[in-house]
Amino acid sequence: MIAKEEMSLKERMARMKVVEGSYAVAHAVKCCAPDVISAYPITPQTHIVEHLSQFVADGELDSEFLTVDSEFSAMSSLVGASAAGARCYSSTTSQGLALMWEVLYNAAGMRLPIVMTVANRALSAPLNIWNDQQDSVGARDSGWIQLYAEDVQEAADAIPQAYKIAEDPEILTPVMVCMDGFILTHVYEPVELMSAEEVERFLPPYRPEHILDPNNPKTFGAFADPSYFTELRYMQWDAHRRALNKIETVAREFAEQFGRWYGGLIDTYHADDAEVMIVTMGSVIGTIKDCIDMMRSEGLKVGLVKIRSYRPFPTEALRKALKDAEVVAVIEKDVTVGNEGALLTDLKAALYNTPARVPVIGFPAGLGGRDITVRDIRRVVDKAIAARDRGIEAEMEFLSLREDLL
Amino acid sequence: MKITVAALTEPGSTVVNKTGGWRTFVPVVNHRRCIKCSLCEIYCPEGCIHQIEGLFVPDLDYCKGCGVCAHECPRKAIDMVLEEK
Amino acid sequence: MEKLLAPGHRACAGCSMPTVINLVLDAAGPNTIVATPTGCIEVTTTPYPESAWRVPWIHSLFENAAAVASGIEAALNHFGKNHNVFVIAGDGSTLDIGMGCISGMFDRGHNVKYVCYDNEAYMNTGVQRSSSTPPCTSTTTTPSGKVSFGNPRPKKDMPAIAVAHRVPYVATASVAYPVDLRRKVKRAISIPGPAYIQVNAPCITGWSFEAGTTVEIARLAVETCLWPLYEYVNGELAGVKKIHVKRPVEDYLKAQGRYRHLFRMKGGDEMIRVLQQMADENARKFGLLYEGDVTCTSGE
Repeated sequence: MIAKEEMSLKERMARMKVVEGSYAVAHAVKCCAPDVISAYPITPQTHIVEHLSQFVADGELDSEFLTVDSEFSAMSSLVGASAAGARCYSSTTSQGLALMWEVLYNAAGMRLPIVMTVANRALSAPLNIWNDQQDSVGARDSGWIQLYAEDVQEAADAIPQAYKIAEDPEILTPVMVCMDGFILTHVYEPVELMSAEEVERFLPPYRPEHILDPNNPKTFGAFADPSYFTELRYMQWDAHRRALNKIETVAREFAEQFGRWYGGLIDTYHADDAEVMIVTMGSVIGTIKDCIDMMRSEGLKVGLVKIRSYRPFPTEALRKALKDAEVVAVIEKDVTVGNEGALLTDLKAALYNTPARVPVIGFPAGLGGRDITVRDIRRVVDKAIAARDRGIEAEMEFLSLREDLL
Repeated sequence: MKITVAALTEPGSTVVNKTGGWRTFVPVVNHRRCIKCSLCEIYCPEGCIHQIEGLFVPDLDYCKGCGVCAHECPRKAIDMVLEEK
Repeated sequence: MEKLLAPGHRACAGCSMPTVINLVLDAAGPNTIVATPTGCIEVTTTPYPESAWRVPWIHSLFENAAAVASGIEAALNHFGKNHNVFVIAGDGSTLDIGMGCISGMFDRGHNVKYVCYDNEAYMNTGVQRSSSTPPCTSTTTTPSGKVSFGNPRPKKDMPAIAVAHRVPYVATASVAYPVDLRRKVKRAISIPGPAYIQVNAPCITGWSFEAGTTVEIARLAVETCLWPLYEYVNGELAGVKKIHVKRPVEDYLKAQGRYRHLFRMKGGDEMIRVLQQMADENARKFGLLYEGDVTCTSGE
């Protein structure tokens, strides 16, 4: 099968088209042929749903497209549609995701395999339309699987993978595919566009065991008192545990068929002999890789761990990837006001009950769309080396904080 | 009983819950006065009054003794009687 | 015949809500999917692992049943399936917290039939005021007191809001008029597009009336003209339930604990007069009386 699907680089180059990130995602969604799409316009997600609307208007996509009155209605209508047996898609960002908050938990608890793109953006106040990941990181406990994309191709390719994970009868959990707003949604890049036929071979049709059906009239959404609630939560938690394997398997299956690999739960870059390890997620990885290339040429042993699956959290994979590191620096586009970066906390917790006594420091960065530059990355590495050699000075500090303004 | 994914529930399964235990007064039907208008059956909040062999009979497994049937009966053919338990 | 809402549910003895549900389902039949928001229906009919529903039923959240139903209808459309889609919801989730989703559902023209059983307050949480609570009603958040006659505001006119959305079928109904209610449900189904039916549904706990009188209270609401029964088809008033003998509002008010203060407080008679004017205005506006009919006096 691999041989049959394998294409030469030349063939792949020929398939590439320079498209907007949002178009690539919309195209991937089209190939998955969702039955119902429901979304509300919000910057910087709008282009995705505009492209999908055009596909519907042109007859290229046979989906019910609901132009709803809010993001809250968007996710609520998909709860109904999914329970009625439909493959469902939405996309949103920031305030829209916040408005969905109540429904996020509900969709996950009802085990409805909805797939949604989150075009990551900062949360108000102050109002800010630019990219960080506070929105989806804030929804990390909602029960959704969260995959983070490094580039446009990965954000698009994650869509059929997300459906394959979500709809697995052993998982039945909604999936958020997170891509950095503007940086990935609005950039034009050469992208290999998949075809509906290819996706059909990759992604089995959605055939839920139970739907809203007068011929088999089940009750969805009963209330559970304390004698059942814990077990129902446990079952969600257990599905996430199974998803750890499923995400890896699906990524491999995708790579076998399409020849593109982004890692399973995590991916690594120059990690094997790295003394300084950077851990992060999202589009900043491109900058970090460039920076690592430069530092490697200078003899600095820096490596990278990319978090692809933030929920379920890849604890074992991270322990393995970081076991020989001398120091770890987390760069993340969020901060828990009152504590530290969420990924920093999660990562330290993952390492705590292991023999590894590696210093871990963290840097909230790129908040509200501030650029993360090569110089910033170098500063992170310098601080990491200092922490290794002289002990931790600050467990967490805001990267490129403009002290002159304070 | 094993718990079901997403708490999916079987139709009509509340029938295991015999709400007749809530009752203080029990409806007693005088079938000779009944004109079979079926209003008691229509208004019963439990939906537990059924026509059996032509007679309207409350299912005492579920009757909560609310008295709506007696109050609405146009022929006053139903009496609410303190139930001896 | 077996009802589509099974017994064994936990609604209060004498609650009108299960009767409303069964009347709706009698008319709609088993080929029906129901979405219900949080409220008395949900907590009394679906305690896991039990359910009273014999039709497919879904509860998601308090304020989103109209959106959930929109999604169900969209999915059925897509699959070419033909089932009735109903929302059966209380007044709090309809007139207050769910307004946005309902407006969206109406606006998009989904073929969803929305039935609001209106017990005029948040009963599930303990009788707090909703925007469907009538004026001068004592609730736990608008209690009557030394300087208050209870709820100071008029009922939000939800049927008019539905008509303003160009909902093709809008009606009021009452649990006391089962034939009328079933006919209206069938008519709603026969007209494609959204429908809105608001059903007067007395709550024995929140309204505080004598056991067994649930239906009588609902009948009094209609006979006093405080609850006019009417239908709008395509924005036009298409029918009203005429009243043979119009009863004074006191007959309705004095039967309920939620209005007891009006008969005890100084100035209560003035409030009763205001409510009587509301009833008279309903009678005039909807043409509820036969020509020559008279209002009978209290105690008739």
